[in-house]
Amino acid sequence: MSVMPAVSGVSGATGVPGVSGASAGLPGASGVSGTSGASGDAGEAGDVPAPLAARARLFPALVAVYRAQLSRARVARIPLLFVATFQSIGIMILMRGVVDGGSEARSVVAGSSVLVVAFVALNLLAQYFGQLRASGGLDHYATLPVPPSAVVLGAAAAYASFTVPGTAVTAVMGSVLFQLPMTNLWILLAVIPLSGAALAGLGAALGLLAPRQELATLCGQLGMSAALLLGVLPAARMPQVVSYARDLLPSTYGVEALARSFDGQPDWWVVCADLGVCAGVAVVSLAAATWAYRRAAVR
Amino acid sequence: MVCTVRGLVKTYPAARGRRGAPATPAVRASDGIDLDVVRGEVFGLLGPNGAGKSTLVRQLTGLLRPDEGRVRVLGHDLVRHPERAARLLGYLGQDSTALDELTVSLAAETTARLRGLETRAARAERDAVIEELGLGEVAGRPLKKLSGGQRRLACVAAALVGERPLLVLDEPTSGMDPVARRAVWAAVDRRRAERGVTVVLVTHNVIEAETVLDRVAVLDRGRVIACDTPAGLKALVADEVRLELVWRTEPPLDVPEVAALWKAAEAARAAADASGRRWTLRLPPDDARAAIATVTGGPAFAALDDFTLATPSLEDVYIALGGRAEGAEGLVKA
Repeated sequence: MSVMPAVSGVSGATGVPGVSGASAGLPGASGVSGTSGASGDAGEAGDVPAPLAARARLFPALVAVYRAQLSRARVARIPLLFVATFQSIGIMILMRGVVDGGSEARSVVAGSSVLVVAFVALNLLAQYFGQLRASGGLDHYATLPVPPSAVVLGAAAAYASFTVPGTAVTAVMGSVLFQLPMTNLWILLAVIPLSGAALAGLGAALGLLAPRQELATLCGQLGMSAALLLGVLPAARMPQVVSYARDLLPSTYGVEALARSFDGQPDWWVVCADLGVCAGVAVVSLAAATWAYRRAAVR
Repeated sequence: MVCTVRGLVKTYPAARGRRGAPATPAVRASDGIDLDVVRGEVFGLLGPNGAGKSTLVRQLTGLLRPDEGRVRVLGHDLVRHPERAARLLGYLGQDSTALDELTVSLAAETTARLRGLETRAARAERDAVIEELGLGEVAGRPLKKLSGGQRRLACVAAALVGERPLLVLDEPTSGMDPVARRAVWAAVDRRRAERGVTVVLVTHNVIEAETVLDRVAVLDRGRVIACDTPAGLKALVADEVRLELVWRTEPPLDVPEVAALWKAAEAARAAADASGRRWTLRLPPDDARAAIATVTGGPAFAALDDFTLATPSLEDVYIALGGRAEGAEGLVKA
């Protein structure tokens, strides 16, 4: 089959009119719109700038994003939250054959609990923002008058909230498995939001900075693997280099704080110091994520 | 004047080849675009895929920084202050990822909240737009679970909540059934009549362009090749009509009259386009009449399956203006 290219009979002859106006004299042109072709008309707007609509304020916008993100859990996240929890419980059951009580048991339980946070807040959030950026979904937020930090903080808060049930279940199960005291588990109320914020900020920044969606996914997965290996495995058995890497990972401080609270007489100052590091990292990583969002939104 | 664009240039840099992806040369997606959009009109951007329509609207909405040129919207310089765009206009992009997992009503409500409305106002707007677009039945379902057209309609709902004097809509009705389309145009028209809202619309649907647009700019390779009312554009090629012939099997080129018609069409440099059994001829009216007489009488008639004679459409205008022939496939009809 041969496809003949269209030969345009009138091209050239028409002398393409540049922009409106050139063909204003054509019959029928006026019937469609009274305002058309009026390129010389300055209009009432002229050069007087029109009033700008109100901006969305930070807190209401943050709440709106948080609510919307939380509602996504029902549709998309619940199966993954189960996976996150079962993964951690599975690891604890495995490790029961290796460690026998003492400080190692504490760090296994603490590491597995915080791993749920790393899975959801770091890995899933990195994937979410990576996907949003790659598909052009960020345009939706970028064309709304909403502060960038509201989008990032709202999403990060929602993802940190997703981790609450899984982390609590894991910590309780671990305490039962390894016969650890549950009296100080209330510390989770501080560990989850602080390490959640730190890891979510990191995940959001990775997702928004990765040049390609696959890289965002990869970074999220690697971050989670690091949290697994460096958090769950007892620190005393690690080579020196690896323990430096462990110190660099924000989830480590959440793990330490939780592990210490299993002591009969925890040293609360050290726990607070650990949580303080989490909070500091959270501030920095969320600021970085907000900067990354701005950068990704306007290209 | 709602929107003024002068000398807009945007070049996408050349991409190095990666594994599995060949290198692409630099593309000039906007090549010196000038536009004026007047208050209260529905202004269309028409052109084939890759003509630079979406690149242009992304620059109008502050999402993309132009290399050169000026964009003024309602008196604000959006090249210098791209962040103001969000407070001046409502934008409907091509992608719905940000809303996909929300229910229709939450998508509309959240968008209204993020457009700066108080909770009560956002809920009122949500209910109004869902009613207006006939989305009541699916309001509680996530966008992901809806059909393509319904999902698009839900995105339109999100774009319409919160009053904005300018709406920039990138292919708002793609994938929609006629009922949904009508609802969208009615909603757009109501905002125009009641509040003088201006609409800039990307489409590559010529039928839609002819019926809903006040003025249309035809884009090709990053340039505006024509800009006028649909009727004004069609008048450019009013001296021609379009004759479409469909043959049952192979065209009967052994019939001398048909072969002559084909040759004459070529010789007369009338725009001709043929792929096997379907011919599209653009001819002066007299020639077209003669051609019909030829094919409906005599031996050629046996081979003829169908024929149509039509006045020019915007698609013909596009081809007549020198648009790429292969690009014309990007202009869908119906």
